[in-house]
Amino acid sequence: MCPICGERDYTEFRYGGDATKPRPSRETADPKVWHDYVFLFDNPKGLHREYWQHVLGCRQWLVLERNTATNEPGESRLARMDVVTCEGEPK
Amino acid sequence: MRPRYSALSLLRHAVAETPWPRAWRVPDPKPTYDVVIIGGGGHGLATAYYLAAHHGIKDIAVVERAYIGSGNLGRNTTLVRSNYVLDGNTQFFEYSMKLWEGLSHELNFNVMLSQRGQIVLAHGPSQMDVLARKGNIMRLNGIDAELLDRGEVIKLLPYLDHSGEARFPICGGLFQQRAGTVRHDAVAWGYARAADSLGVDVIENCEVNSFVIDGDRVRGVNTTRGRISAGRTAIAVAGHSSHLAAMAGLRLPIESHLLQAFVSEPIKPFLDHVISFGAELFYISQSDKGGLVFGGHIDGFNSYTQRGQFPKVQTVAECAVALIPSISRLRLLRHWAGIQDMTPDGSPFICRTPLRDLYLNGGWCYQGFKATPAVGWCFAHTIANDDEHPLSRCYSLDRFARGRELDDYGVGNWTYKQ
Repeated sequence: MCPICGERDYTEFRYGGDATKPRPSRETADPKVWHDYVFLFDNPKGLHREYWQHVLGCRQWLVLERNTATNEPGESRLARMDVVTCEGEPK
Repeated sequence: MRPRYSALSLLRHAVAETPWPRAWRVPDPKPTYDVVIIGGGGHGLATAYYLAAHHGIKDIAVVERAYIGSGNLGRNTTLVRSNYVLDGNTQFFEYSMKLWEGLSHELNFNVMLSQRGQIVLAHGPSQMDVLARKGNIMRLNGIDAELLDRGEVIKLLPYLDHSGEARFPICGGLFQQRAGTVRHDAVAWGYARAADSLGVDVIENCEVNSFVIDGDRVRGVNTTRGRISAGRTAIAVAGHSSHLAAMAGLRLPIESHLLQAFVSEPIKPFLDHVISFGAELFYISQSDKGGLVFGGHIDGFNSYTQRGQFPKVQTVAECAVALIPSISRLRLLRHWAGIQDMTPDGSPFICRTPLRDLYLNGGWCYQGFKATPAVGWCFAHTIANDDEHPLSRCYSLDRFARGRELDDYGVGNWTYKQ
């Protein structure tokens, strides 16, 4: 489901990774914080929030809620409207 | 002690009226063990076997949620090979290849290793350079590798599309003669039977719900069949590694993805080798029953469903027909999916964890099956000695923090692109 184009086939979309992790602020110097942000995943079995791009449609980046145990999709919204941007920085 | 399998015992049994005895026991879990291994796949069973056979630890339970070999061991395309590039991977997978070569004797169980050879194809001069480099690295490590030119590939694999119409013309390939296939179910049964005869309890239908944690130490597991205390606990549950680790409060560099495999209706023998397409990730071989067994990339998004997506079926079938046009009329008999641990660099973990007495084997991406014997060998060493085996030291959990990624395909830090 694309918030702009409506319900579209899943082959029009491309997966773009975990959207639950807030990006550390640019001033963060602690390598552990960056390590955890870049390399570690919750990888839940159940509800998850992830980035998808509507590559064969409006090309917008989306944040989709999906159940990884059933593949059932939930809400989607434009990624730029999502709260998960840089921590401590204006959106 | 179970009877050894041999030509003589087979003959004797042909005239006997009693059925063969069970190949392994069906024990109830004891309240406590020296070592509990979670996961009755190839990796868990092999680890139990090598612990019992080579490290003198016999008080072991392997707990499996369903039946043994019901996870990725029964879902792969049964290929074994050792054509890697990076130090660490090259030596580890070659050691695994050597263990495969002696495995049927070691286990007294025919795992049906068939060293039919694998050919990775090149479709352009730059790809030939890459394969030449790979072949040189293999040969410098004492692994057999032979660079084939176009004429040699045509001679060896005449049924590929060598015409001018081929979308990806074949320039040559890299041939590893010792690579091949192994019957995957026999690996589960062989290791289970051998481990069981050394006293290991293989406990099926026993799911782990949580760990028994005491401070920074793991002291056992709570299962659907009660609490089992353990001196040491080992995780070997590829696909669900993150799920288990989360029960111990750990986050791993792993995402779970789906990989599909396919088998066609059986046909007469015509595909004598294992062939890997160079233009896409695609690999094909023919099973002893005659079906063509093949697979491609992961589906592309994380999922625990064990159900493949149809668009991937089309992509993989297109690869098959682009490579071997003569199979375009074959019908697909079955396709299925397994859940795999994908890591940011495409390499696995065989290591200690931040918790004491808890050990992790996981993150196997595409390569878990071929690694099975070496995983058992190295993971058993890690558990027995509370230290990594020299061959698997590179597969530590902190390698990203130390800048020691092992990205054999040079993909970069994306689990879903590895």
